Amino acid sequence: MNIHEYQAREILTAHGVPVPPGVVATTPEEVERAAQQFGSTVVVKAQVHAGGRGKAGGVKLATSPAEAKDVAGKILGMRIKDLPVEKVLVAPAEDIASEAYVGMILDRASKRVVVMVSREGGVDIEEVAATNPDAIRKLAVDPRYGLLPYQAYSLAVSLYDDIRQQRACAKILQQLYAAFLSSGASLAEINPLVTTPDGEVKALDAKFNIDDNELFRRPDIEALRDTSGEPEAEIQAREAGLTFIKLDGDIGACVNGAGLAMATMDLIKFYGGEPANFLDIGGSSNPEKVVNALRIITADPNVKVICFNIFGGITRCDDVANGIVTATQRIKIDVPIVIRLTGTNEDAALEILKNAGFSATTSMDEVVQKAVELAGAGK
Amino acid sequence: MSIFIDENTKLLVQGITGRDGSFHARQMMEYGTQVVGGVTPGKGGQTFEGPDGRSCPIFDTMEQAVAATGANASVIYVPPAFAADAIMEAAGAGVPFIVAITEGVPVLDMTRVYAYVQDAGVRLLGPNCPGLLSPGKSKVGILPGQIATPGPVGVVSRSGTLTYEVVYQLTNAGIGQSTCVGIGGDPINGTNFIDCLEAFENDPETKAVVMIGEIGGTDEQQAAEFVSSRMTKPVVGFIAGQTAPPGRRMGHAGAIISGSEGTAAEKIETFERHGIGVAKKPSDVVGLIQAVL
Repeated sequence: MNIHEYQAREILTAHGVPVPPGVVATTPEEVERAAQQFGSTVVVKAQVHAGGRGKAGGVKLATSPAEAKDVAGKILGMRIKDLPVEKVLVAPAEDIASEAYVGMILDRASKRVVVMVSREGGVDIEEVAATNPDAIRKLAVDPRYGLLPYQAYSLAVSLYDDIRQQRACAKILQQLYAAFLSSGASLAEINPLVTTPDGEVKALDAKFNIDDNELFRRPDIEALRDTSGEPEAEIQAREAGLTFIKLDGDIGACVNGAGLAMATMDLIKFYGGEPANFLDIGGSSNPEKVVNALRIITADPNVKVICFNIFGGITRCDDVANGIVTATQRIKIDVPIVIRLTGTNEDAALEILKNAGFSATTSMDEVVQKAVELAGAGK
Repeated sequence: MSIFIDENTKLLVQGITGRDGSFHARQMMEYGTQVVGGVTPGKGGQTFEGPDGRSCPIFDTMEQAVAATGANASVIYVPPAFAADAIMEAAGAGVPFIVAITEGVPVLDMTRVYAYVQDAGVRLLGPNCPGLLSPGKSKVGILPGQIATPGPVGVVSRSGTLTYEVVYQLTNAGIGQSTCVGIGGDPINGTNFIDCLEAFENDPETKAVVMIGEIGGTDEQQAAEFVSSRMTKPVVGFIAGQTAPPGRRMGHAGAIISGSEGTAAEKIETFERHGIGVAKKPSDVVGLIQAVL
């Protein structure tokens, strides 16, 4: 789950990281009042779950409250990477002497939290990693001991020459690590970490991604979820316990298991079709999930055919078959449904489907070819 | 032969009285796995009733269970909130092979678990994996036993049902398997592709390996280098997620393309560069394996 910059700043502030003041606003008038309150040049920043906000015109300086109101009017309501901007952060513009990068990620290779620091702040760290990897220092934190003070100080020394700044940075790194753990993050970045002309070290921008698996035990973090940029179908799917991602094609796919779901999308493409979605009904044997899945797929007007690909393991084929039959009784489905079922309770499932007037195959290739043909997209 | 489990595997089931644990304990007993006991705190002293009049004792702790049964493997079906502790409890009790089926374990928990099992010197498979199956000998986890048949092909995969698909196609074509292993779809797991490839290379019964990967991370790329530099047995592959959009988590926590890293195209290219034949679709695995056997 992604959270907004202003929410990430709140987490940092709660952990003691120095963050300049800021106000979240949803109207140009609120922005104007905030600018008046700060009484200085302000920066107005779009709060949206997308990178490259600056390049897209979503971050602007304003020298007066009137100008702040004006730029806010332009930013609020614009779309960045197709996401609507509904909130902005207003903060006093800081005088900046230097910009650094500090970040932490859950690293698959070392199987640890890795801290990364670089003197090249304020730019995309992936770009620095590609063009100048030596400019980034990394440290894998041993989970048995956490980020030790000397390690944080050693990283800080590679960023700053002044002892006060080194110490301030070391403290911020430990606070960031604590924030990472307590929020259940998979990524936490301060970029840039700036120094001001009078030598202070401050976090100017922050980004946190949260590990979805943490949310069950962190209701305070779950409460930060902003669904405004999310397609309605994906919100419904999450609430129904399904994993659904909308795509641009016309073949609705309903599969159990993420790997098989991806392979089904790939096979649709292989035979010349275009998948309308990724949908994993998961491992549960619950006909209701199938009903919800069909409701979500059929809500997409692009869908011309629905393709089931079920390999029963934990999932019982007869439950899926019952779900399909129930769904077609409850919702009006105008498009053809093609079905592949094999595995646990396959025979019972085929019987249920046959009695309800459906036919099914046990071959994945066959069902996908049929779906592509029915969508009229075959090669 | 086979890898990790065989007819001598003596298994404990952690969470044996739960919905999934009890269902799969019975399935494993039916398959012929030696299930020697189960653990559920508060239910120690009770008996778990399996199929065909078989049964096994239930214990409160792994320490008691291992002492009483001499188990050499455990499988975990406890909910995500308790899974990390369950894995560490098994490692602490000296179980040399631990399979964690649980989906949704927080990744930060896994950083601690991984360090713990490393220190204990034991092998963890998973979490968020279907387990493994040595046809005709033993199955640990949730793989449907009837789709597999004994033979010379090792199968290793990050996926669950996609593994079943490939095993099913192999079996239908008359090609049996030595062991089928699902390593799981999480970013941090106990056993990776290379661990399995190395075990298959050292297993005299395995003659060829199918490696099924997916988008996200660089495990497949490292595995490909291992295949070309360290393996004598042929390996064929498949990568799922060629049509996956970047930046979206495709179900598995680990299946996400971040930046330019972890795309299917990159993985397929790396496989081919290291002499691993790549199936364009799952059913093509059969032809590729027939060609190298």
